[in-house]
Amino acid sequence: MTSLVLSTATRFLLPLMLLFSLFLLLRGHNDPGGGFVGGLVAATGFVLYALAYGVEAAQRVLRVHPRVLIAIGLLCALGSGALACMSGQPFLTGLWSGYEIPVLGKVGTPLVFDVGVYVMVVGVTLLIIFSLAEE
Amino acid sequence: MATLLAFVIGGLYAAGLYLMMRRNLVKLILGLVLLSNGANLLLFTMAGLTPAQPPLIPPGASRLSTSAADPLPQALILTAIVIGFGIIAFLLVLVHRTVHAVGTDDLDAVRTTDT
Amino acid sequence: MTILPVLPVVIPLTVAAVSLLAWRWRALQRWLGLAGTMALFGTVLWLFAVVWRDGVQVTQLGNWPAPFGITFVADLFSAIMLLLAGLMGVVVVLYSLASISPAHEAFGYYPLLQILLAGVCGAFLTGDIFNLYVWFEVMLIASFVLLALGGERPQLEGAVKYVTLNLISSTFFLTAVGILYGITGTLNLADLSRVLSSEPQPDLTLTVAMLFLVAFGIKAAVFPLFFWLPAAYHTPPVAVTALFSGLLTKVGVYASMRVFTLLFMPQGNSIRLLLLLIAGLTMVTGVLGAVAQNEFRRLLSFHIVSQIGYLLMGLGLFTPPALTGAIFFMAHVIVAKAALFLVSGITYRLTGTYELKKLGGLSHTYPGLALLFLLPAFSLAGIPPLSGFWAKLILIRAGLGAEHYVIVATALAVSILTLFSMTKIWTEVFWKEYPEQGPSPASSVPLWSVPVRLALFFPTAVLAACSVMMGLAVEPCLAVAQRAAEQLLHPAAYVQAVLGRLP
Repeated sequence: MTSLVLSTATRFLLPLMLLFSLFLLLRGHNDPGGGFVGGLVAATGFVLYALAYGVEAAQRVLRVHPRVLIAIGLLCALGSGALACMSGQPFLTGLWSGYEIPVLGKVGTPLVFDVGVYVMVVGVTLLIIFSLAEE
Repeated sequence: MATLLAFVIGGLYAAGLYLMMRRNLVKLILGLVLLSNGANLLLFTMAGLTPAQPPLIPPGASRLSTSAADPLPQALILTAIVIGFGIIAFLLVLVHRTVHAVGTDDLDAVRTTDT
Repeated sequence: MTILPVLPVVIPLTVAAVSLLAWRWRALQRWLGLAGTMALFGTVLWLFAVVWRDGVQVTQLGNWPAPFGITFVADLFSAIMLLLAGLMGVVVVLYSLASISPAHEAFGYYPLLQILLAGVCGAFLTGDIFNLYVWFEVMLIASFVLLALGGERPQLEGAVKYVTLNLISSTFFLTAVGILYGITGTLNLADLSRVLSSEPQPDLTLTVAMLFLVAFGIKAAVFPLFFWLPAAYHTPPVAVTALFSGLLTKVGVYASMRVFTLLFMPQGNSIRLLLLLIAGLTMVTGVLGAVAQNEFRRLLSFHIVSQIGYLLMGLGLFTPPALTGAIFFMAHVIVAKAALFLVSGITYRLTGTYELKKLGGLSHTYPGLALLFLLPAFSLAGIPPLSGFWAKLILIRAGLGAEHYVIVATALAVSILTLFSMTKIWTEVFWKEYPEQGPSPASSVPLWSVPVRLALFFPTAVLAACSVMMGLAVEPCLAVAQRAAEQLLHPAAYVQAVLGRLP
């Protein structure tokens, strides 16, 4: 089943949704948003693509296997926690850089953790949905 | 409001358990979904129902205003929902495979490993 | 060292992530798994030494102070359980090297094993009741997949029951956590202990205790909630069964020991009686189920249930010697039971069957294997001087000391039945002549290469040796268990270490 409307709209929607997911990710520290919601929105974009063009096409657009995303996300999150350990603080303590970056504000390990969550949520959601779609 | 929610929770648990005791694998999943949602609602209700602000620290302030809701149950429910989502997804695949392997969705046919 | 208590979780998770990246390189995954579990074992040894020397170790994750953030706590009981988990990890990965099929490896067997270990270690370490729920789920999801991996019909059937029952148990757990939070407004175990002992609310506390009992009871497979275990445990590859038998049900027992000693025991006389009743019934039904079985792994699966009863008996008696016995028994049964499962796997490799009727004559052809079976089997039945004898002796003396004669009589009778069912396996598998005409398949099995033999027999031998060692070096082992029991009975030190002040 292919729908011209859906497949045309998806071409525009996927990049928009990815941008929106990044916005949610960066906004998340003090406001509603964060890695989890951002990751879900990004995953939804790819699922939409899979609905319009098929799972294989979506996997091509994603370029890497969702499993790799899970691993990278997990390592990111663990790494952000381990950074605190190296400076003698308990695991997962937030460390902040001293100066502000224009758009992002102060950057610290919680952002790295959130990026890890984001990547991992994309990976897990897509792994589940792709394998369900292939059933 | 809490009383109403208590009845809703009770209803969800009862419906979930009832569905799980049917002999159908798909109803088993639906029952589990209802049951886990009942538990989430219970977490929500038990933390106390008060009309309150979203637990966000306003810009410039350093602590939550006293009229803010308790953020912890919300975090707990979110975690529980995510875990439930993952498990239900796994269970769907498992039941799908089981129905293929056994050839029926009747739970009474799934007994060859019982003792 | 504030990092030490989180390492047992971080190491397996990191290894799992790296193994996921090395998805196509199976050999690399294998060695990563082995190196990861070795590192885990080394870390928990270190942690054990530190806890033994300096007392309870605490780390506040994210540097959030105690009742607000998530706390990781390692007291001596946690450290003992972690040590056993690390040992099981190494042993099972070694055994898997020779016994797990490429098809299983292709579906991510090794990463899943690491995630399971991370979940188990997290459950042993966490000091927060909701976090305990999360680690339970991490462990369970990994175990669901490990159980169903391979996708044969018996596995799927077993997995459906296992998943369903465990989900119901999780719902009960969550319900209990919700009500507990409603009563006390805190989730930190130490803080809960403080609140519940300073402002007792007997009725609500009893409700919550019963909900926890059901939740942990399903996971620990106690009477009458154990039916999923014998229906599921004999279906996956034997390395998985050994790991499950060693760790999963024991996490349920660990959780009930931790939660009940911290929260409910000080007031709970009726809870103790109920626990003893459940303990007795669990022992009896488990061993009766085992006696009736004619299949190697099903018989052993029922024995898991029966042994859980002894652990609950220690908790129900709730005296210092009883808890000492329960902790010693825990170490003993994890080691001995896993060794027996590994032996059943080797037997299957030799003969191609688990049916006792079709087996026979293995003591002539494989005397070494017979010895490896005999040691843990006699240990489980409680023959001196093996570890099981001491474990049961301490528990029974504790029962006599507390004047609970019914449970003592039950434990002794169940012990005899255990011996009976172990001798049943012994005569059927090892002693009697091979039942069918012609040479037994065991005599014509192609000679295994040295690495395969090493990977199959070495871990089994290590576990059997552990069982013997725990029996011979009973004094130091008991000293450790005794101190762990003291810490469980007097949670003040635990509470103070977590909250940083006196309760």
